[in-house]
Amino acid sequence: MATSAMLRKFFKNYYFRRTLKAVASIFVVTTLTFFLIRLMPGNPLDIYVNSQMQSLGVSREEAEAMASSIFQVDLKRPVLLQYTDYVTGLLHGDFGLSIVSARTPVSALILRFLPWTMFVVSVSLILSFTLGILIGTLMAYKRNTWVDYVFTTFSSIMTAIPDFMVATLIIVYFGVQWKVFSVTGVRGSLSPGMVAGFNAKFFIDAFYHAALPIITLVVCNVGNWMLQMRGSTMATLGEDYVMVAKARGLSEARITTGYVGRNAILPLFTTLALSIGGMFGGSVLIETVFTYNGIGMKLASSLGARDYPVMQAIFIIITTATVSANLFADFLYGWLDPRIRTEGR
Amino acid sequence: MSYIRDLGSGLLGSLRIMSRNKVGFAGLIITMTILLVSLLAPQFIDLKMTADIEKIYQGPSAEHWLGTDYQGRDIFKQLLLGGTEVIYVAFLAGLLGTVIGVGLGSLAAVLGGWVDTIATAAAELVITIPQYPLLLVLAGFIRLNSPAGLAVIIAAVGWGGLMLTIRSQVLSLKERDYVQAARALGLPVWHLLLKEIIPNMMSYILTSLVMRMTNAIYGMVGLIFLGVVPIAQNNWGVMYSLANRQGAIFGVNSAWYILAPIFTIALFQFGLINMNRSLEELFNPRLRRGE
Repeated sequence: MATSAMLRKFFKNYYFRRTLKAVASIFVVTTLTFFLIRLMPGNPLDIYVNSQMQSLGVSREEAEAMASSIFQVDLKRPVLLQYTDYVTGLLHGDFGLSIVSARTPVSALILRFLPWTMFVVSVSLILSFTLGILIGTLMAYKRNTWVDYVFTTFSSIMTAIPDFMVATLIIVYFGVQWKVFSVTGVRGSLSPGMVAGFNAKFFIDAFYHAALPIITLVVCNVGNWMLQMRGSTMATLGEDYVMVAKARGLSEARITTGYVGRNAILPLFTTLALSIGGMFGGSVLIETVFTYNGIGMKLASSLGARDYPVMQAIFIIITTATVSANLFADFLYGWLDPRIRTEGR
Repeated sequence: MSYIRDLGSGLLGSLRIMSRNKVGFAGLIITMTILLVSLLAPQFIDLKMTADIEKIYQGPSAEHWLGTDYQGRDIFKQLLLGGTEVIYVAFLAGLLGTVIGVGLGSLAAVLGGWVDTIATAAAELVITIPQYPLLLVLAGFIRLNSPAGLAVIIAAVGWGGLMLTIRSQVLSLKERDYVQAARALGLPVWHLLLKEIIPNMMSYILTSLVMRMTNAIYGMVGLIFLGVVPIAQNNWGVMYSLANRQGAIFGVNSAWYILAPIFTIALFQFGLINMNRSLEELFNPRLRRGE
């Protein structure tokens, strides 16, 4: 009896149920995208055959013979069986083989491209969030002064221009017309011949190539964080506990950080978690503009070639990143704000 | 006749309220100008789509205000003509997404039970699937030159968040006294929704429609740029994508070709976003009194 009561309590636990839901939604999205991707018109074989016919000028029969020696996957197998195979593989941590890059495990491709996107996304997220919070607080304290107006105008202009167009503008003005950087030099995620290693040369080169995508993302996202922080701070400033803190004669600095800032940041954490998935997904466009070898550009190219397993793996990774970020935000929120924790019980 | 006069004075009154917020009114004027020009231009201008090799990538001149493109065609005329399709897709996608989000959200909240469970689960699923990659995959299903199809897929990936917000708003609104009174009178569900609940959310719905339109423009132009939707018609997105492909960024004169669509799209989005402020004041009298 004691164990069953404990088990029941365990299953009713908020954290357990929330985690279970997260795992379930990753599974559902994987299943849905699996069939959706394979339902797309055009298949990898045809696309490969057509491109061979065009580029080499061979006949269809020759191209098909060439393709059959390279392609290992039996695309004529019933989709449902392909699905069960795939899920079994996944459960063993196997993402399968790429169709187009023959005999290359998808996991190897992912390991090659994912770190670059993660690097860019995480650095720009941290930078824009921190900057946004600092400027947003400043705006709330200096509301209706020129400081406030300048930053409000900035953010409403930046939300108007799509981020990949900002990327193009940076190339046109800073790269081509004012020659601040070399347009061909910054392409890719590393300079040719650069070997990955734990040394200063490598880090400087990596930052040099990642700088433009990071600048673009920060410039485009910081406005959003500023406005949210401004609103949230202004709402907090009206709270009773802030007035009490003032009446107690606490220093202005302590009120700003300990009383206003801490509470004003809370609602922004949920948005932060939600924006991680969006940034990964949006990296397709920015990476294509800068020809940065990340997972976004890989998604675009594997989509063009209908390389199902690679597309599938990228979907799973972005979904997992989004879902676990949300999960983490929920738990963090409960920890930061005790009012949430007790509500679920 | 008096009906028309009422409508006229109503419109004037709305304009007066909207003009109180300067930035918002500027947004309204920008948006309306671009809309009007884009709708009327095809009636008056016809673009010579034939290449003119002697005029490739000319800078701005009296004859060609914004210069010419890689085939010697006038860029300014292309801008005037290229808005119709972008606006059409943005509006259709925004409208569809809003209708799905508001419809499902309010039905789920009012009906409850299994409708609520299914609709909420669907919305959470749509939020979880990575939006832009999903859009890329769905774009593969679109047939040649189908702006409406493009609008449908853009709407299909982006209604989840709105549905959840509307659902929670309706859950709170339906407990209000006036809704309870209407329900006690035995009025049908559609009456409760259309006459009592939704009018109270109008300001939120309209501003979210406009935000959805800007998202749709982002999605559309991005898809065209990546070359995954087969759209051949001349429009701002196609101009941007062609200019990229033709290497227009690398020359001083040719840069006009890529800058023109970027700044036009940015101006239109800027107009839409700022127009929202005036719309909010128009539909939310509480904001007005606060000024």
